[in-house]
Amino acid sequence: MEETDLVVLWGSNARETHPIFFHHVLKGIRRGAKLYVVDPRRTSTAQWADGWLGLHVGTDIALANAVGREILERGLENRAFIEHSTIDFDAYRASVEPYTLAEAERITGVPAAAIAELAENYAKADRGIICWTLGITEHHNAVDNVFALTNLALLTGKVGRYGCGLNPLRGQNNVQGGGDMGAIPDRLAGFQAVWDEPARTKFERAWDCTIDMKRGRRLDEMFEAMDHGEMTASYIVGENPAVSEADRGRTERLLRGLEHLVVQDITLSDTAQFAHVVLPAAAGWAESEGTVTNSERRVQRVRKVLDPPGSARDDMWIVAEIARRLGRDWGTPQAEAVWDEVRSLSPMHAGMSYKRLEECDGLQWPCYDDSHPGELFLHARLWETPVQGPKAPFFAVEYEPPLDALDEQFPLRLTTGRRLDSYNTGVASGQYRSPLRRGESLDISPHDARRYGLRDGEVVRVSSRRGSVLVPIRIDETLSPGLTFMTYHFEVPTNVLTLDAVDPKSGTAEFKATAIRIDKVEEAVAAAGA
Amino acid sequence: MIAPERPLAAIGTVSLEIDGTDVRVPEGATLLEACRSLGIATPSLCYLENLTPVNVCRVCVVELEGSRVLVPACSRKAENGMKVRTDSARVRLSRKMVLEFLGSTVDVSLSSEFAEYARRYGAEPDRYGAPAGPQPLGARDAAVAGHHHAPAGDVAENVAQPVKVDNELYVRDYAKCILCYKCVEACGADAQNTFAIAVAGRGFEARISTEFDVPLPDSACVYCGNCIGVCPTGALMFSSEYEMRRAGTWDEKRQTKADTICSYCGVGCTLTVHAQDNAIVKVTSPLDHDVTRGHLCIKGRFGWKFVQQRPIDGA
Amino acid sequence: MDLHFTGALPSKAERQIVDAVLGAPSDDWHGGEAARARRHLLLPTLHAVAARVGWISEGALNYVARRLTVPPADAYGVASFYALFALSERAPRVVHVCDDIACKARGADAIIAALERDYGIAGSTPDDGATTWLRSPCLGLCERAPAAYLSVAGERPYARQLGGVDVRSIGEALRGGGERVFPSTILPQAGDPGLRLLRRVGVVDPSSIQAYGAAGGYQALRRALEIGASGVIREVSDARLMGRGGAAFPTGRKWDAVAKEPERPHYLVCNADESEPGTFKDRILMEEDPFAVVEAMTITAFATGADYGYLYVRGEYPLATERMQHALDEARRHNFLGCDILGTEFDFDVEIRRGAGAYICGEETSLFNSIEGHRGEPRNKPPFPVQKGLFGKPTAINNVETLVNLPDIVMDGGAAYAAIGTKDSTGTKLFCVSGCIAKPGLYEVPFGTTLRQLLALAGGVLPERRLQAVLLGGAAGAFATPEELDTPLTFEGVRKIRATLGSGVVLVFDDRINLGEMLLRIAAFFRDESCGQCVPCRIGTVRQEELLARLKRREPLHSLQDERTLLAEVGAVMRDASICGLGQTASSAIESALAKFRPFEGAVRA
Repeated sequence: MEETDLVVLWGSNARETHPIFFHHVLKGIRRGAKLYVVDPRRTSTAQWADGWLGLHVGTDIALANAVGREILERGLENRAFIEHSTIDFDAYRASVEPYTLAEAERITGVPAAAIAELAENYAKADRGIICWTLGITEHHNAVDNVFALTNLALLTGKVGRYGCGLNPLRGQNNVQGGGDMGAIPDRLAGFQAVWDEPARTKFERAWDCTIDMKRGRRLDEMFEAMDHGEMTASYIVGENPAVSEADRGRTERLLRGLEHLVVQDITLSDTAQFAHVVLPAAAGWAESEGTVTNSERRVQRVRKVLDPPGSARDDMWIVAEIARRLGRDWGTPQAEAVWDEVRSLSPMHAGMSYKRLEECDGLQWPCYDDSHPGELFLHARLWETPVQGPKAPFFAVEYEPPLDALDEQFPLRLTTGRRLDSYNTGVASGQYRSPLRRGESLDISPHDARRYGLRDGEVVRVSSRRGSVLVPIRIDETLSPGLTFMTYHFEVPTNVLTLDAVDPKSGTAEFKATAIRIDKVEEAVAAAGA
Repeated sequence: MIAPERPLAAIGTVSLEIDGTDVRVPEGATLLEACRSLGIATPSLCYLENLTPVNVCRVCVVELEGSRVLVPACSRKAENGMKVRTDSARVRLSRKMVLEFLGSTVDVSLSSEFAEYARRYGAEPDRYGAPAGPQPLGARDAAVAGHHHAPAGDVAENVAQPVKVDNELYVRDYAKCILCYKCVEACGADAQNTFAIAVAGRGFEARISTEFDVPLPDSACVYCGNCIGVCPTGALMFSSEYEMRRAGTWDEKRQTKADTICSYCGVGCTLTVHAQDNAIVKVTSPLDHDVTRGHLCIKGRFGWKFVQQRPIDGA
Repeated sequence: MDLHFTGALPSKAERQIVDAVLGAPSDDWHGGEAARARRHLLLPTLHAVAARVGWISEGALNYVARRLTVPPADAYGVASFYALFALSERAPRVVHVCDDIACKARGADAIIAALERDYGIAGSTPDDGATTWLRSPCLGLCERAPAAYLSVAGERPYARQLGGVDVRSIGEALRGGGERVFPSTILPQAGDPGLRLLRRVGVVDPSSIQAYGAAGGYQALRRALEIGASGVIREVSDARLMGRGGAAFPTGRKWDAVAKEPERPHYLVCNADESEPGTFKDRILMEEDPFAVVEAMTITAFATGADYGYLYVRGEYPLATERMQHALDEARRHNFLGCDILGTEFDFDVEIRRGAGAYICGEETSLFNSIEGHRGEPRNKPPFPVQKGLFGKPTAINNVETLVNLPDIVMDGGAAYAAIGTKDSTGTKLFCVSGCIAKPGLYEVPFGTTLRQLLALAGGVLPERRLQAVLLGGAAGAFATPEELDTPLTFEGVRKIRATLGSGVVLVFDDRINLGEMLLRIAAFFRDESCGQCVPCRIGTVRQEELLARLKRREPLHSLQDERTLLAEVGAVMRDASICGLGQTASSAIESALAKFRPFEGAVRA
């Protein structure tokens, strides 16, 4: 990141949501790298950008395809790489053909010149990195959005080499680690598929059990299953779906309808209010031993510095205790022993002993043995002759507008995100007193404030097709007309408004694009509600 | 097909002589690094390995053959054939004087390294006279460049003043500020790039300040605490530590610390959690860690309260 | 950059002033490097606000910072660095009254005392709040001491240096009579056919490029373009021209190094931030022969491969600034600047930057920082300016007087130039003779002239007076005794009496002068002008002043011997361990006086 020539942050407000990652971007900028930010909001991240592309919410594919088309139009694609390392280029070329600069400007609202500038500079940069966050993935077509970006990297040969690549910035310290360990419907640790016979057998032998080959459910599918009565019990560990899921009304109804709900968490969260059993847990990062994996695939040690309060117990202890009561005695597992078991079963983790993790300040997978230094970047194989393994495919993708369409009833676009000092549902971050915190607000552009006659701080009713909340207005000059913004860090149940339409490929809800309207409320109502 | 590779770092070395001993160091190494590679104890106050050397404290100066004046070891790059002396009378005198100047001007009572240096070089800060009384809050901030009241010379002017407490996360005690610029660097281009503070004023009235000395909550400060992380004298201090010190309960002997990973996003910042009596008292980050280089954000630095605000029954 | 501003807003007038400098704000995307690269406009914009409003309010500073993408705390750090900028409300009409050594020798103390009696202490604002007076360090008007500097903020800002002031004329200036012409430049040698650097001074109309041409101007540039860049550097090297700013570095070597740097662009900076107490030579050159400065800069840029030049003029030099600006405009109009100069492919232009009251900005790296919109703090060297100077690029930086030698060197050849003066100090030298002397003024003599001869040229000490001491080189220089008057004024000659020519200051003190008071003023000067960056200078200048104050009051804290030791140690650490020349020389005049005189035992020589 620090030695690249150009960074594109697409749908990422890294300055606020990944501040220390952004330090590395800043090092790059100080060395002369250019920064482009694609975001409907003129965020603090965008303020650092050499170019800001303030697209309309959910028009990312139209923009990315236009960038691709422009690169082709100018002959700036990396022909040799495309021919050597990729497939399906012709279909891609055909698919982006309709996305002229003018058409993209019409759809996205981004000036054609700005699109052309990004295309030219990205293609011409020797090294370039595209990073994204939930601005890309919290859409009903999230995976297509990602494809649209990977196509750009393939088009210009900006993968598999130093200072290049495609990086999703993870929102939590162990999103990556969860996936690595098999918290994916059809995977075991190390991304080994449950339907992969030799891999599964290896696990079955090690664990002395039979593993169901059936693909499990994604989060959205679980709620779907609850809705259909196919799932009647749930064991939720360290998650607060009552607040964090889209369409809060529906989530609460489904949780309430469960026959048995176990919630294991460090505090009595909103979700725990629906639980039949609450298992008080240790705070993983400070009260237990183990590892997490960050956005750069770096496995890192967490260490215990405090004893958990009262009857709270280490997650590992709780799981082992449940296993014991279900008839399996795992003893009292220690973190390092569990990790060594992971290493014995997941080849990409094999070289990461606790000793090495300590010495190297973490290691980036894959790390196959004790002498392997870990990999700084992936996909270097695409540059080998011949390419080892399958070539990288282009995926032709089409722009589709957000599902929650704007109309006369709901004329404003609401998008959501985080603020610097707060985190997710505020369970953790709400406990310290941040001088930056101003509480929840509906941020609107000065233009809309004038249009609707709204004052800063005035409490209004914000309604979507699903529900409504009372929230004070904050006028934010970085917002474009028609765009509004909220978080879900605070008391205001923002997700009453959001749509739970999910991307069929990833299961992520379209938190980023809700159609809303603002209604003035009488002072008494405002006072009661705010 | 060959991917453009990562450029190889220069691997040349340079050889020089320090205190009569030949030493070979990598190209680009500083004299300070060369001294330390020989085990020569070299004091430094404004230097920190995760910041650009500003060479302002001048306590690390060494004698370089051919140079009219002493040179700062922290920033001067080693060159082939240099002859350096680190313990000559000139070097010892300059180091002693720098320590005396700071000792007679600033409250350095919380800096153990300062006390050790002062002993080593025989600094006597008292010989400049009794300390002048503290100035009222804001007086130094109102000073105008190029003008001062003529001194009588009977007392030693200093930077004594009350502590600035204007937010709930950290305090600024500029009576303890040696003006090492580290906080400005950490807030600025070396890490956070927020530039909430800068050096303002000039000369002896130079001070760390927000614009027009506005309180931190009105400033650009984002409470990353990276300034606290680099402050060598305790001038910038977590409120948690400040309050405990005032209450007399701060006891580093009873403290433990461990490195763990922040849970607030996917970047993976190493937190060094300091705990006393099974409660977190402050959070720092190791300087030599690739991800953070010692720098954190507000959540990692201050967002730990939730861990110990759970009811004791654990739920 | 993601900047954050306090709620303070600019007034409409302040906004207009800033927009007049920077252009109206546009709606286009303005970010990244392009936005950050405008920081160098900070000082000119602050000057504009100060000139019109008289001071810089929080709202105005916020607006400047926003327009230039500079963090407001940084902008405040810069604004508060300079003595000419007020950050709290100040009367629009200010008279800065010099109380520095040259003026002190000519009665400044009595004027200050009278002003305190009549108008209240410095900074007080009597009556309608429209006027105030302040003390000032040396204003570079020493030949007309006592001196003052009047600045009037408003719709049509006005600033002038006032020479030969007294309480009455300062009172007039305070009341609004300052626009009348004060005694004009004193040019004791004007018209002397032996002059080289001062050949046109007082003789040729400084506002006329035709007159300059008729007096031989611009022949040297034509010749330089003929002999080529390396030819110019060869002549300068052959001339053995040494820098006249104080450091006496061989000019040819400096230029050769810049010319050879592959990194582009190259810059040329002419250092006209003349602030050494007792120095006024560069001001007179700029006021009286501005085209020579422009021509010399142009030749230097040609020799060193510089595309662009900055002339950094002391903030308190309004007349020099005006005349230089006029000369630059005229030169540009006549294709002596700009693109394809004189039909060649050589492009070069010059921009004036004004200082804002900071002696330290005469230090070359501080000057770079000042132009770039940072605090005028010196940088550590190496890297040297020839490698990494202004904006991090190879830069030739030279003093005005150094450059003005150039046309003669190019025209006559280096060898002919080197024949003047002595073997190691070639050419002629300007000396700023002031203090207790009959005919104070700027004198040009060949190197090797003795101090005695120079003082005789300036009429000697006043009748009935006895010479006590001569300060050579300014506050950063050293004292000479009457016994040392036969010292030849060369770089090597004055070294033998442990002195330096510095910037050519020859400040004469007769037997009425209390040398201890002068030393205390020098100590106060360095304490005021220290940038504060490094410990030895920031605190050493304070301790040095405290020590002298108690010595002067004859109330030492320790035995006199111990106090002397302490003073010597304070001096040693400043000299040995300070970052830049300011700290390194902050004790030199004082130490020299203590070695040669007994300044705190009455005005009697040892």
